[in-house]
Amino acid sequence: MTVEVGRPPALRSQLNLWKPLWWAYPTWVVTALSAFGIYAFFAMIQKAGFAYPYLSPFYSPHIVISGLPISPAFYVAWVPLGFRLTCYYYRKAYFRSFLWEPPACAVADRPGRYTGETRLPFVLNNFHRYFLYVTLVVLGFLWYDAIRAFDFHGHFGIGVGSGIMLLNVVLLSGYTLGCHALRSLVGGGIDCYSCSLAAQGRHRAWSGVSLLNNRHALWAWASMFSVAITDIYIRFLIHGVFADPRWVS
Amino acid sequence: MTQAALESPAEGGETAATSRRFLVYRGDSNDGQMVEYSVPTLEGMVVLDAMHWIQAHVDGDLAVRWNCKAAKCGSCSAEVNGTPRLMCKTRVDVIVGDIWVQPMKAFPLIKDLVTDVQWNYEVNREIPPFTPPADVPSPWRVQQQDVERLFEFRKCIECFLCQDVCHILRDKNEKARYYGPRFMVRQAYLDMHPMDVRDRTGQIKDESGIGMCNITKCCTDVCPEHIHITDNAIIPLKERVVDEYFDPLLWAARRIRGRRQKKRPSSR
Repeated sequence: MTVEVGRPPALRSQLNLWKPLWWAYPTWVVTALSAFGIYAFFAMIQKAGFAYPYLSPFYSPHIVISGLPISPAFYVAWVPLGFRLTCYYYRKAYFRSFLWEPPACAVADRPGRYTGETRLPFVLNNFHRYFLYVTLVVLGFLWYDAIRAFDFHGHFGIGVGSGIMLLNVVLLSGYTLGCHALRSLVGGGIDCYSCSLAAQGRHRAWSGVSLLNNRHALWAWASMFSVAITDIYIRFLIHGVFADPRWVS
Repeated sequence: MTQAALESPAEGGETAATSRRFLVYRGDSNDGQMVEYSVPTLEGMVVLDAMHWIQAHVDGDLAVRWNCKAAKCGSCSAEVNGTPRLMCKTRVDVIVGDIWVQPMKAFPLIKDLVTDVQWNYEVNREIPPFTPPADVPSPWRVQQQDVERLFEFRKCIECFLCQDVCHILRDKNEKARYYGPRFMVRQAYLDMHPMDVRDRTGQIKDESGIGMCNITKCCTDVCPEHIHITDNAIIPLKERVVDEYFDPLLWAARRIRGRRQKKRPSSR
């Protein structure tokens, strides 16, 4: 492997200023998260996310409160938003990219007082597990939606949308079930796995979650993009841009 | 690279040396500058070899700390082209262009590439030692599954590269509020050990300052032993702190049924 390097400064005090391509990761994160945030807001204010038999993940579970002129998407948006904002991977992403604490390894921090996650608002990241609990419930609804996507008026069928929705929920499951908080809750907090049958079972659960957790960042990005792609596909169907290619028994 | 090749690089025959430009920090805490050296290089040469060549042929007073030259003693930590690295594990032929060698930034400079890492040993002394139960005589019978995740933490060679790259220590100089990644690894080892009975969560939260860590994973990136410091030590400790201090359901459960005794393997 050859590492391309640039020219660092001569003085030790300037050492932090030199780091080739240090800006690449923060630029990518700011661009991708901003683009997703803008698209998600656009999708949620449409007040429509259903193209039979497909339901957009932004609108699941589909909650309608009559008399309130609010898009149903906003009733559930706080769940994935809170889960991802407090996620241990996304913490790295936004602390580096939006807050520059630090923007890259061995690159100087943004000047100013630093309190990490000991003060508001970032101390709230400690409640990640509560967003996990609610997200697991929403994940159940998304699996229900994905299975319903193979039901065409009582007949089994497979459409491109069915495949997209299934892939989406698989990626979301990989992301959610590889969560660091879940890893700790299912068994990471135990010190003696051999002490009881229950602890041995939890050791197996911990090992399983650890397998998914190894690629948590990859699951995070893949599932985020799959949510957007699923919604884009359904939105094209809603507006009649094209028909869903499908086979029905 | 052999010592003979280092001593007589020009007589290397088929493996004749080519020269590379090294810029090495020379100075102390008051003043210093980058000094240029042209160093003959051979296949397989590492940055520490180059520092030895400079000592032997150009500047005998170049200060470099090293011991094993096998990436196990953790002595030759420095910053090579801006990245905290072990000099003995950084091959010259993977770097294109000039090679900049500077001391670790997070610690006070003594001379040239040697820094004072005393603070780390002072922190280490603040951590209560391994505390086995008084009523369970050793030897203990401990199952593999109870200790296998601890092996990773025992690989630490105390090179302090993770401490150097941690922005809380490096840029913010918050050494009074955060122990640093190396000592999160040590506390994870102790807290997860099935035979350690001490409740360490309070110290991990307060004195160690685990809340200061914002999960940027730089410590994991630079670890020469490839310890997953953030995922396997810091985050599990953060979750244990959450169990104790930030989870109202667990707090209520403890109030109702009392604090459960930590289970541990029985003695032989």
